[in-house]
Amino acid sequence: MIALLIAAPLLGAAVLLCGGRRLDRAGHWIGTALAALSFVLGAVLFAGLLGRGAEDRTLVQHLYSWIPVEGFQADVAFRLDQLSITFVLLITGVGSLIHVYSIGYMEHDERRRRFFGYLNLFLAAMLILVLADNYLLLYLGWEGVGLASYLLIGFWQHKPSAATAAKKAFLVNRVGDMGLSIAIMLMFTTFGTFAFTPVLDGVGKTGEGTLTAIALMLLLAACGKSAQVPLQSWLGDAMEGPTPVSALIHAATMVTAGVYLIVRSGAIFNAAPDAQLVVTIVGAVTLLFGAIVGCAKDDIKKALAGSTMSQIGYMVLAAGLGPIGYAFAIMHLVTHGFFKAGLFLGAGSVMHGMNDEVDMRKYGGLRTYMPVTFVTFGLGYLAIIGFPGLSGFFSKDLIIEAAFAKGGTQGWILGGVALLGAGITAFYMTRVMLMTFFGEERWRNLPAASPDQPDVEPAADHGGGVPHPHESPKVMTVPMIVLAFGSVFAGAFFGIGERFVHWLEPVTSFAHGHPPVAAWVVTVATVTVMVLGVGLAWAQYGRRPVPAVAPRGSLLTRAARRDLYQDDFNHVVLVRGGEHLTRSLVYVDHTLVDGVVNGTAAGVGGLSARMRRLQNGFARSYAVSMFGGTALLVAATLLMRAV
Amino acid sequence: MSASAVHGLWTDLAAPADGSIAKIPAPTIEYAQLSPVMIVIGAAVLGILVEAFVPRRARYHAQLFVSAVALAAGFAAVVALAVGGHATTRAGIAAEGAIAVDGPALFLQGVILLVGLVALFTFAERRLDPAAHGNRVDSFAAQAASVPGSDSEKAAVKAGFTTTEVFPLLLFAVGGMMVFPAANDLLTLFIALEVFSLPLYLLCALARRKRLLSQEAAVKYFLLGAFASAFTLFGIALLYGYAGSVSYGRIAQVVEGTVGEVSPALAGTMGNDVLLLLGAALVTMGLLFKVGAVPFHMWTPDVYQGAPTPVTGFMASATKVAAFGALLRLLYVVLPGLRWDWRPVMWGVAAVTMVIGAIVAITQTDIKRLLAYSSIAHAGFILAGVIAAKPEGISSVLFYLAAYSFVTVGAFAVVTLVRDAGGEATHLSKWAGLGRRSPLVAAVFAVFLLAFAGIPLTSGFAGKFAVFKAAAEGGAAPLVVVGVLSSAVAAFFYIRVIVLMFFSEPKPDGPTVAVASPLTTVAIAVGAAVTVVLGVAPQYFLDLASQAGTFVR
Repeated sequence: MIALLIAAPLLGAAVLLCGGRRLDRAGHWIGTALAALSFVLGAVLFAGLLGRGAEDRTLVQHLYSWIPVEGFQADVAFRLDQLSITFVLLITGVGSLIHVYSIGYMEHDERRRRFFGYLNLFLAAMLILVLADNYLLLYLGWEGVGLASYLLIGFWQHKPSAATAAKKAFLVNRVGDMGLSIAIMLMFTTFGTFAFTPVLDGVGKTGEGTLTAIALMLLLAACGKSAQVPLQSWLGDAMEGPTPVSALIHAATMVTAGVYLIVRSGAIFNAAPDAQLVVTIVGAVTLLFGAIVGCAKDDIKKALAGSTMSQIGYMVLAAGLGPIGYAFAIMHLVTHGFFKAGLFLGAGSVMHGMNDEVDMRKYGGLRTYMPVTFVTFGLGYLAIIGFPGLSGFFSKDLIIEAAFAKGGTQGWILGGVALLGAGITAFYMTRVMLMTFFGEERWRNLPAASPDQPDVEPAADHGGGVPHPHESPKVMTVPMIVLAFGSVFAGAFFGIGERFVHWLEPVTSFAHGHPPVAAWVVTVATVTVMVLGVGLAWAQYGRRPVPAVAPRGSLLTRAARRDLYQDDFNHVVLVRGGEHLTRSLVYVDHTLVDGVVNGTAAGVGGLSARMRRLQNGFARSYAVSMFGGTALLVAATLLMRAV
Repeated sequence: MSASAVHGLWTDLAAPADGSIAKIPAPTIEYAQLSPVMIVIGAAVLGILVEAFVPRRARYHAQLFVSAVALAAGFAAVVALAVGGHATTRAGIAAEGAIAVDGPALFLQGVILLVGLVALFTFAERRLDPAAHGNRVDSFAAQAASVPGSDSEKAAVKAGFTTTEVFPLLLFAVGGMMVFPAANDLLTLFIALEVFSLPLYLLCALARRKRLLSQEAAVKYFLLGAFASAFTLFGIALLYGYAGSVSYGRIAQVVEGTVGEVSPALAGTMGNDVLLLLGAALVTMGLLFKVGAVPFHMWTPDVYQGAPTPVTGFMASATKVAAFGALLRLLYVVLPGLRWDWRPVMWGVAAVTMVIGAIVAITQTDIKRLLAYSSIAHAGFILAGVIAAKPEGISSVLFYLAAYSFVTVGAFAVVTLVRDAGGEATHLSKWAGLGRRSPLVAAVFAVFLLAFAGIPLTSGFAGKFAVFKAAAEGGAAPLVVVGVLSSAVAAFFYIRVIVLMFFSEPKPDGPTVAVASPLTTVAIAVGAAVTVVLGVAPQYFLDLASQAGTFVR
């Protein structure tokens, strides 16, 4: 049953990618149906789990041993428990909705079948990642989602920017993957196995130094996949991919894999407090970093990408807090999955109606033209800023409380950062909202052909530079509406009565944190900060007209527009430094290593050419060789006896 | 003398005076246990009758039908025997001690039958060559007896003749190969050797194109094969001289000194180890010739290159299975008491075979010769498993043989597809850029090459891993080091072909990939599927091989 869950999208990927043109007409339906099938199976499994006692909800399905060697057991086994079923439902649920949405979004793309094939491949890999019962299989899924992400970011490979972005994502992820592989190797040498249970149970008998090393390597992996500082630079560029991809992979599911990894390995982190501290620092830094970047971007998707980074920062922060935070991290992950996917789909819908324009300065006043998009986007917006009663309010507030509850100076700093982040979130999201849906209709006064978007193909019915904003078809709006429901109600459903926390407790363990101030104070402070952020944004973008061309801006704005100089830093330190290093290595390689290698190759080749001459084609020579060989064989046998 | 009196000479009258009648006892033949072999040989005989009595027009279909049914039925019989426990608990010796019915025998017979079935499909392919005068033709000569380039050959081609005798020949070869690893006495061994060798000699000579090369290959194969057979027979004679019996069990007992009552004649020869060692070495040599181990490998490249490619594929895979099966039985059943003598020698043979196969392959420019040297290197790898001299050695070799034979038959089937005006384009330079022109075919071939190279997720990796593991545990660690190094060298030329196919510019006058009939397509698909399945999930088949890995004695 668990295997079937993965098999459905895997089959879809195989059929769609190998099927050829014959499937062009039906491909998207096949892909969507299999994704939905996977969701239904997930729901059935979920119902099955609900029917069991809380402590009895872990199912392990052992499929087969891939390579059983003494002392090295590589199994294909899946583990279904509260944590993984949560992910399964999120992945397949949001995934299915986005499949449906993509039917409309990718309608005019002639490679749509391939697109759905990749999406299915992604689903299968992501399911393997969260259902794996050992780190090795998890690694398979980890690499699989990386591959799918790479393929989908670069899906419009004819655009050099997309190809470059895909490459960048791939390279940066490689650094993180290295961390994961080192962590797995360390685990194997320490525990002698990869499976979750023995590794996590064996933590007590292991030195803290080793555990810290493993935990830091896992964190490095999480940073790469979840776009956390210092490996966050790829996420913004990843927005070159089609918008459904940004919604599914780069907002709702794949980028949260790092959080999953940390929570799943909770026992290791619990036993390595130093590493935990690093996790919280990474989370806190990233949540500010992403929020600041989000404030300055004029590209709607990049602004949302900054926001994603920031929200995952919250989750990582929560995961770094230990048992008081794990469940909240996952809860925020799920609610974030709903509202961020909804926001991205909304952004896609806007772009769909605006000739694929992404610059928010060229939007404005769109609410009357796209009412459904406006309402769903608006609900997602309210959810993410933490408007009381909506999803984000519950999950984010809990994280901020938990951050304060860390205790001591650390608690105050982390809590303060989280609180500040909530304010900035409100600011930049309000900015997005206002620039897109309110204000004057700046798109009317654009020059006929926007010179900075040369590769946008003007659609036939638009006939010119001025877009004709229109609502998207039903197939796109319905998923948005469903996600909007999730954005509104999921938080309350999970949060009230700590329902979600109790659900996850057997897997992640849970401890109540005790903030230095009463919980309601934190809540009030959060709401106040949020209102402040909204007000500031209103003052800057609501009351005054937004210029259609970006002003120069302050030093911070300019820095934020360039992603706080991350790319420049990478270029100077890593790229240049790397070039120097490689150049010197190449020199050594050419002179020393190649000398040896080529020498060996030439030697073997020469030997080969010489021995080849023995094969002269004459049966008599062959017979002599056989006779000589036999004589040798007999002589050797007799000699053995004599010795 | 009256007629009745003459008659009486060989009836009652010949009886001794005391009235006891010495009748010749009728041999008991366990027909059911021998059914796989009998089905195949029977079908081969039927195939000859088809040649004689069925009109020429209908022969091809009739032969194909008879052969396919026979091979499938033979396989079903093998499965039935295995399910009935003859591979494990009820393993025994049938036909008056001539044939063993046990795990290894049934496993290898099954493999040979399946490989034979796949090879049959490539034999029967009739769409690759352009039709000659409106007749669809296969890879075989129009009329084997006509001199190449003569008028009679032209007439035969024009008349649209095809050599449908290849089908019964294939069946005879398969039948012989099935008996070979099951033979439980030296004479049966020798007869099986000849039964499968003679059809192969003939088949090698039957290429439709490049007939002189094909005939040269056949003559060489025949001459050298006869030479090797002579050695084998001499070895058998010496062993008989030593043990006074050709039965495996009896010889083994004599070698170990556990024989019950010793006749005076036996007592005289038993101490004579020279007879034993010479005999054992010579019989082993005959088997090493068949597997293509160095220094008895010289025939392999020439014959593989000259023979019609479907025959090469069949020969390279099935012969190896049969010969290694017989070698295993000889070393594990007859000569285990002698293992301190044969192991060091086999160490040397295995090491030299791996190294020379891998190194000489590097400079090959013809794909069929390349695969020939590759098969020599693989013979070395398998020998490493044989040397282990423990149960894991048997099961790992069984698995390797199953894996390797499907890769080989599939790879040669792909070779038949790549053609230019002169027939198959086997020169490597012509394969440049094939991946651009026919990505699917090139990709499948790449899978086979990766399996040969032993890359994980292909059957080649699982097999190599199994034999090296067995060899290392059997105390042959240095040999494993040699094996791994040779694999590294070998990987070079496999990968080079992949690079050539995918990363070189296609030549303007390069070959095209012919559109095959479903027959060849199925053959390649089966080969590729087995390669991938055995690579991804080898455990089930490893278990099967280890269940089958016990010889009866």
